[in-house]
Amino acid sequence: MKSIFKVPDVSFRAYRVWQRNRDSYKRYYKANLIGSLGEPVMFLFGMGLGIGGYLASMEGVSYIQFIASGIIMVTAMYSATFECTFGSYTRMMGQKTYDGILATPLSVGDIVMGDILWGATKSLISGGIMLTIIIMAGLMKGPLIFIIPLLMLIFLVGLMFASMAMIATALSPSYEFFSYYFTLTLTPMFFFSGVFFPLDKFPLIVKGLSYCLPLTYAVKISRSLVSENFSYIALSGFPLLLALTIILIIVAVNMIEKRIVK
Amino acid sequence: MIITKDLVKKYEETTAVDGISFVIKKGECYGFLGPNGAGKTTTIKIINCMSPLTSGNVLVNERHVKTKPREIKALIGIVPQEENLDPDLTVLNNLLVYARYFEVPSNEAESRAEELINFLNLSEKIDSHINELSGGMKRRLLIARALINNPEILILDEPTTGLDPQVRHMIWQKLRQLKKNGITMLLTTHYMEEASQLCDRIAIMDKGKILIEGNPVTLVEEKIGKEVLELRINNAMENELLQKLNRFEFTHDRVGDTLYMFSRDGRELLQYLVSNDYPLVLHRPATLEDLFLKLTGRGLRE
Repeated sequence: MKSIFKVPDVSFRAYRVWQRNRDSYKRYYKANLIGSLGEPVMFLFGMGLGIGGYLASMEGVSYIQFIASGIIMVTAMYSATFECTFGSYTRMMGQKTYDGILATPLSVGDIVMGDILWGATKSLISGGIMLTIIIMAGLMKGPLIFIIPLLMLIFLVGLMFASMAMIATALSPSYEFFSYYFTLTLTPMFFFSGVFFPLDKFPLIVKGLSYCLPLTYAVKISRSLVSENFSYIALSGFPLLLALTIILIIVAVNMIEKRIVK
Repeated sequence: MIITKDLVKKYEETTAVDGISFVIKKGECYGFLGPNGAGKTTTIKIINCMSPLTSGNVLVNERHVKTKPREIKALIGIVPQEENLDPDLTVLNNLLVYARYFEVPSNEAESRAEELINFLNLSEKIDSHINELSGGMKRRLLIARALINNPEILILDEPTTGLDPQVRHMIWQKLRQLKKNGITMLLTTHYMEEASQLCDRIAIMDKGKILIEGNPVTLVEEKIGKEVLELRINNAMENELLQKLNRFEFTHDRVGDTLYMFSRDGRELLQYLVSNDYPLVLHRPATLEDLFLKLTGRGLRE
């Protein structure tokens, strides 16, 4: 039995898989962008202005201001997840693209890493556009130079959710499986990571749960960078996310390898 | 070029390859023949480092499959049994993207891709997407793709299964041309004609073992003979007939309602049968198929 924590064989050739995904993306990018941006934009303005109209403020800022920073993270989360669940699963099972690539000098590690990098790139594209919208709407209160750490954060969140999605893909017997994954993993993060409301008033158990959700830390960092009150304490989530991401990538490669190499 | 010794591949319950050894020389065309489930595809996947072996040794160009998979895969071009072209890309891009996996420089990749598209008569479809191609075109594109890295070894897993005769003959022609240029070829097939047309040597496999290996023509002559006579007679008549024929030299095999007689020189036998008015159905040269069926039996394989 191979360990799922074995050091994976990943090389620069992962970039070749990234290039392959980019080339095929060129064909569908419009539908793809609308798919991954439509929802967060509606959440931002629909909830931000709709619910925001009834709220004087939340934690001292307007409601739309409160949710803006978290919505960037949610956008990144969903983009990477869609890519590395439905997208990767289709390439692995339906199209046999992985089999084709595996006959070349690339390893399973290269393929999985290439897909994860691509998932994170899609997070960067949609998260970056979301950030631009937020800046244009005047919701970016931190110094503009914080765009750089924000983009890095978006990419990291992309890597993390892409590798988590890859693990779901390795386990998935069919497309239906992903609806469990979305409902049991992503939806709790969507609600209980402090994107739409602070969790202070929830019972201890919910608060405890929220600290187990990686998105919570990402939202904290993002909020700190977007708001007027920057805090170094929030940045402490960075190494945590990074460590978790590395572990997830290793597990993802080993689990996909177990699935496709017989 | 390829040296395999005591290769064994076990899946959880079943043994797919059960201790086979063979050597494929440079520039040779070597064929695996066998019914479904004989272990042909598994063997190919092990040689191409896509599936780990259970025990034994496989060396490709003096490199071990366990330790140098990337180097070995760089030497090989493979045409898989199951079509796995990239449906998200055009015909040309399928080749260019594939070339990148082998680190072929882009200008070289472009000229090679164009050359191969012409070689396999696909130039009209150069910008089409994969779902617009017919089965025969897809197979030709798979061959082009397998050649994009200028491989020393070309592996073809049932290259013409399911294709119409025109395409099949065209593919055979192209493969012979490649062979003339010195490429080493390994192919699996269950078309006996394909094996006789292309292979210098064949190995007949069944249940994970190699039953026999050698030049197809010599093997048929040695093990079967030159000619086959097919008679449609019942069991009782057969016994009676065989007794009368014991002065002739031949071997025989009964399947259902037909008696097959294999002989090195069937003229006298034929004359006897005709002049005695036996229900002779067919007199034909012995083929690889006779040998194949003799060795692997006539039971159905699912």
